[in-house]
Amino acid sequence: MANLKNTETKTKAQSMGMHTEVLTGRTQQKFFNPDEAENFYYFGTYDVDFNKRTELDVKDMTATDANKHIDKLMSQGYGTIVIKNPQGKHSLGVGILNKLNLIFEGSLGYFGMGSCDGPTVRINGRVGWSCAENLMAGKVVIEKNAGSCFGAAIRGGDLICKGSVGARTGIDMKGGTIIVGGDAGAFTGFMMQRGRIIILGNVGINLGDSMYDGTIFIGGKIGSFGSDAIEAELTSSDQDWLKRKLKVAEIGENFNVSKMTKIVAGKKLWNYDNLEPAEKKGAI
Amino acid sequence: MCGIAGLIHRGKSSNVGKELQGMLQALKHRGEDSTGYALYGDTDGKNFIMRLKVGENVGEGSSSVMEETSIYDERVKIVNAHILSMGAKIIKEERILPYSLRYEVSYKENDLREFSRKIESVPGVEILSMGKSLEVIKDLGNAKAVCDRYNLDKVVGTHGIGHGRMATESGVDIKSAHPFWGYPFSDVSVVHNGQLTNYWNNRRALENQGMRFMSECDSELIAVYIAQKMREGASLEEGMRDSLKGLDGVFTYFVATKDSLGMAKDTMAAKPLVLYESDDLVAMGSEEIAIRSILPQEIDTYDPYDGEVKVWQI
Repeated sequence: MANLKNTETKTKAQSMGMHTEVLTGRTQQKFFNPDEAENFYYFGTYDVDFNKRTELDVKDMTATDANKHIDKLMSQGYGTIVIKNPQGKHSLGVGILNKLNLIFEGSLGYFGMGSCDGPTVRINGRVGWSCAENLMAGKVVIEKNAGSCFGAAIRGGDLICKGSVGARTGIDMKGGTIIVGGDAGAFTGFMMQRGRIIILGNVGINLGDSMYDGTIFIGGKIGSFGSDAIEAELTSSDQDWLKRKLKVAEIGENFNVSKMTKIVAGKKLWNYDNLEPAEKKGAI
Repeated sequence: MCGIAGLIHRGKSSNVGKELQGMLQALKHRGEDSTGYALYGDTDGKNFIMRLKVGENVGEGSSSVMEETSIYDERVKIVNAHILSMGAKIIKEERILPYSLRYEVSYKENDLREFSRKIESVPGVEILSMGKSLEVIKDLGNAKAVCDRYNLDKVVGTHGIGHGRMATESGVDIKSAHPFWGYPFSDVSVVHNGQLTNYWNNRRALENQGMRFMSECDSELIAVYIAQKMREGASLEEGMRDSLKGLDGVFTYFVATKDSLGMAKDTMAAKPLVLYESDDLVAMGSEEIAIRSILPQEIDTYDPYDGEVKVWQI
């Protein structure tokens, strides 16, 4: 298990009060260094202008062709792209490692916005299974409902669904935040390892089953707790964070967060870094 | 992985054959070893429609053993004799393919069990469906291929369910293809996506109660299980709700009767389903693109939750 100890050399982030400890063990933090700036850009990313806007009708395109077109438009400097007629196609918008404003005028099928790092996306429709799987950074907002495995294995970024989501939301998630305005199905937070899930409505059975770490906040009724999940005290700092997050997410800004239920991992796992609040670790 | 689709028009008929073909073809990447349709067409309701196979399709990747087509002719002769011996009258007989037939039969008895037993006592013969409205058509290949082979795009009716199969647990043949008829109930059909893990235990118990299995496909169990519950007096919806406890594994399945369409999802919600519901149409499929094939405009859809059962009437 990693230990927490004071840092000897302060980084800029730490001097601003954002970090007060450094991790040792298998998980290492790496801070941005201007001298190594080129290492922080992906090969093949583009300088785009958010004021340069275009539309792309994908009605008669395959998902591959549509994604290639998006890439081509970014290479031409377009920073705002509106996708017309997605019509439930699978795998649209995957693998975008760029800053980009991407707007879908319609619904997506499976694996929409998978493995992205950086774009800001608004989907004016519904999404199918595994939306934004492996999201690393950026913000994805879905205006309607989402299917199962919403935000599977995300590592960072904000994933927001204004409607309801299916089963296994946030399965295996390793960071980032998932926010759902409606209800969520069974096994929400299944095997989650890090990050935050906020559900304003009800959740199904086996909430947080086999979770390693991370935190889940539920506004409505809970079907049942899964193995290893346990209720924890909702602190004032939790409430402040929830208010801020819901405001940023443009969802439930007036929601009474003081009534929410907080769920954390109750089991202390052998050989697993303790990076999250540990108030209940070992309680089971 | 398989793809399932279903739709029901409420208060009107439509070209369900063509619509279901479009929905299933959109799902063909989920499996196209075989495709099946259970179509509820507009009929006068006087006679039974029986879909029958007297052999297997031995082409198109089939795992079946080739037989002489003359054997099919012999089987048809015996079947016709059996129909007459049961006091039924053949109103119309159509040989759609060498191994596939469609009958219109006048039969006054309501119990189809004895009738079916007699017909299926002929080796190699299987009743794919029997009912006043239901017709099950299934064969090897994708949705369009099967639709074209059987001229289904002209079928007009109120509702239907269909299945595109990726064969995993049993052979590539018609007997393992979906939909399954809810023997011995008139007009009951089932399609399933998933895997049942207590198939053999349930099958043995149901066979001991006199129910029949024609394949070794685990999905057939659902049709037989619900049919048995209905034999015991349960309604369709009660039988479906009971199946959530009695069937173990992962599943999303559809059941259709003469005037209704239902769906059920296992308690882990492990198998996908997207649903669209309006006052005059319910359409559902393993993926949204199935629904989009008949409703290309922007619509509101949702995923039913774990353990959910829904039934709609025409």
